[in-house]
Amino acid sequence: MDLTLSAEQIAFRDELRQWLAANAPAPITRGGNESLAQRFEKLRGWQRQLHDAGWAGVAWPKAYGGRGASLIEQVIFLEEMARAQAPPMANTLGLGLIGPTIIHFGTEEQKRRFLPKILSAEEIWCQGFSEPNAGSDVASIRSEARLDGDHFIVNGHKVWNSYGWVADWCALVVRTDPAAAKHKGLTYILVDMKSPGVEVRPIRQISGESEFAELYFKDVRVPVANVLGKVNQGWEVALGTLMHERATLGASITILYRRSFDRLVELTRAVRRNGRAVCEDPIVRQKLAQAYTELEVFRLNQMRAVSRVSSTGVPGPEGSILKIFWSEFNQRFQQTAQEILGPYGMLEEGSPHAIDDGAWSYGFLRTRGNTIEAGTSEIQRNIIGHFVLGLPKSY
Amino acid sequence: MHFELSETQQLLAKTARQFLTNECPIAEVRRIMETPTAHDAALHRKMADQGWAGIAIPEEQGGMGLGMIELAATFEQMGRALVPGAFFATVALAAPLLDDPAHLGPICEGMQLATAALIEADADWDPASWSTAASNGTLTGAKMFVPDAAEAAFILVAARDHGVPGIYRVAKDAPGLTVTALKSLDLTRRLYEVRFDNTPAETIATGGAAEQALKKALRIATLALTAEMAGGMARVLDITVEYAKARKQFDTPIGKFQAVQHMCADMYLWSESTKAAVYYAAYALDKDLPEAASALSVAKVYAADAYREIGNRGIQVHGGMGFTWENDVHLYYRRAKVSETMLGDNVYHRELLARAVVDRL
Repeated sequence: MDLTLSAEQIAFRDELRQWLAANAPAPITRGGNESLAQRFEKLRGWQRQLHDAGWAGVAWPKAYGGRGASLIEQVIFLEEMARAQAPPMANTLGLGLIGPTIIHFGTEEQKRRFLPKILSAEEIWCQGFSEPNAGSDVASIRSEARLDGDHFIVNGHKVWNSYGWVADWCALVVRTDPAAAKHKGLTYILVDMKSPGVEVRPIRQISGESEFAELYFKDVRVPVANVLGKVNQGWEVALGTLMHERATLGASITILYRRSFDRLVELTRAVRRNGRAVCEDPIVRQKLAQAYTELEVFRLNQMRAVSRVSSTGVPGPEGSILKIFWSEFNQRFQQTAQEILGPYGMLEEGSPHAIDDGAWSYGFLRTRGNTIEAGTSEIQRNIIGHFVLGLPKSY
Repeated sequence: MHFELSETQQLLAKTARQFLTNECPIAEVRRIMETPTAHDAALHRKMADQGWAGIAIPEEQGGMGLGMIELAATFEQMGRALVPGAFFATVALAAPLLDDPAHLGPICEGMQLATAALIEADADWDPASWSTAASNGTLTGAKMFVPDAAEAAFILVAARDHGVPGIYRVAKDAPGLTVTALKSLDLTRRLYEVRFDNTPAETIATGGAAEQALKKALRIATLALTAEMAGGMARVLDITVEYAKARKQFDTPIGKFQAVQHMCADMYLWSESTKAAVYYAAYALDKDLPEAASALSVAKVYAADAYREIGNRGIQVHGGMGFTWENDVHLYYRRAKVSETMLGDNVYHRELLARAVVDRL
């Protein structure tokens, strides 16, 4: 066991830390009169600035605009971004999921065509996996693509598309062989969102916001050259994406959650109840210590997973414990925050007397989505049961 | 950055596992736990022959001179095998209080057993609360929940001489020493009440040296205990998954049912997470990092809840079989429950963490 960084990694970290101290903009948060779209344009500008300075795509090959460093540097990058309270980059799915999938499965031409513009935020990506009748059972996809010369004609309906409302491109999984068994007849194809026949409708969430959209495809023509991997082998490509989804999220989550925790501690020192500072209440102290314990254990699990991926090269099914851990921790933590803040915790954005402009009531509602998005807790437990523990598949 | 055991450490763990599979199978645990002190001298000597009794003791004091990670890796395997008897008390609790090779030599060779008498009637793990009195080379007072005291050749006692903390050594045949067996939930590790009435005692350390020794011993013991817990819970998971694959109801292995499968998945999550917490604590202690104390409290709090919950699920998945004496899960469940309070329960360790992260002391 050796948890220290190498001299090069420390140099990388220090250089980045200095650059962020000089360049990171103020946090781009909810609130004020800004729309989601206005905030997004700020994030796009910030990504461009990072890209121009050579910080976008830390672990991506140099040939496509990346920095060519290792996964450890990528994790350091995420940690430093969070530590500096720097806003995230705009092209979340392009950078975290679709780019790595193109690097792994794409042709040379596809890599040169798509990767540089993911890094520069010139083209924003969304992902079209889920459908109204294909949620956890994602292989039962019905959206279809029919071959017509050197094009596929795409028809179908996708839901829960993060960034759907702003995306230029969509990584879409469609059925190309209706006769084949469920997982066999799928194809992963890259679709230009400006193509005729694509329609985007926002979904309003319980938090009141619309981060997600639904996508409708009506006779959309997509060049066959845009297939990623092979026709009818889209399931393997999609699985690769889903594994990446679980492996890369954790590093920045750790530090974002730690910051929320520190903020809550600060509030318990400032707020008085029953004649004393809330932080002196033994029950509150126990709850904060419990939250800290779980946060620490998540950080260590994440570190252990990164260490494993960087020695084996592939994220394994044990990454499912990270997804279960952070999502369920976040729900418990937001409940603890509500208990500590009392009625103030309920006040929403824009209300007089709202603590942190309603961030806690928003967080409380938003975290309900955590155990559903990116693979429900139930699906993650199925993955552990079958793929890790070797229990018979339950469905 | 590498968060895994080195090849040598892996080999050590693998060898320990094989050794214990042969020398301490569960049938042997059951045999030993039915004896009056739940200790087997022959098994203890064989483990000492492996070098485990002095694993983290410097070579010049008679040990192997390895570090905290090796200590954790070895105790993990002992926890997995549910090793009964005085090995833990001797090696993890008593030995770290000593630094004289004359005392440590026989321990490292497996020829002498020892224990430490720390907490008193109110079961408080804060050393400031301990009040057994030392005066003119004798001790007077009572200690509670002392592990394996009946087997120990000597007992190390935390006491105060006119307010000054000290560590004293009492031989098993000393006059005025009374050792009374308690009946504990954990059948594999006996607990005792130990009383001193003007009992002659040798001074081991006083003042700051005694405080330092206590701090060190409590840290090493907590690490060893949490490592044992990690090993025990991994074994309960294995036993349970094996059963869920073999046991059929409705013509189907019960492990195919999601209600069962998800309990097993939770057990895996808790078990793996505990390992991460324990080995980080070992690393922090080994490197003497400032966060070592907090890392140990995190490991203890997490392991205590995890081991108990894994026991709960393990028994539930076994159904009626899980509620029988013959099934092995309850032996681990008993160990889990006692380990939960040993060396400070979760309320105690969470308060330590609150002082560190809420008060930022």
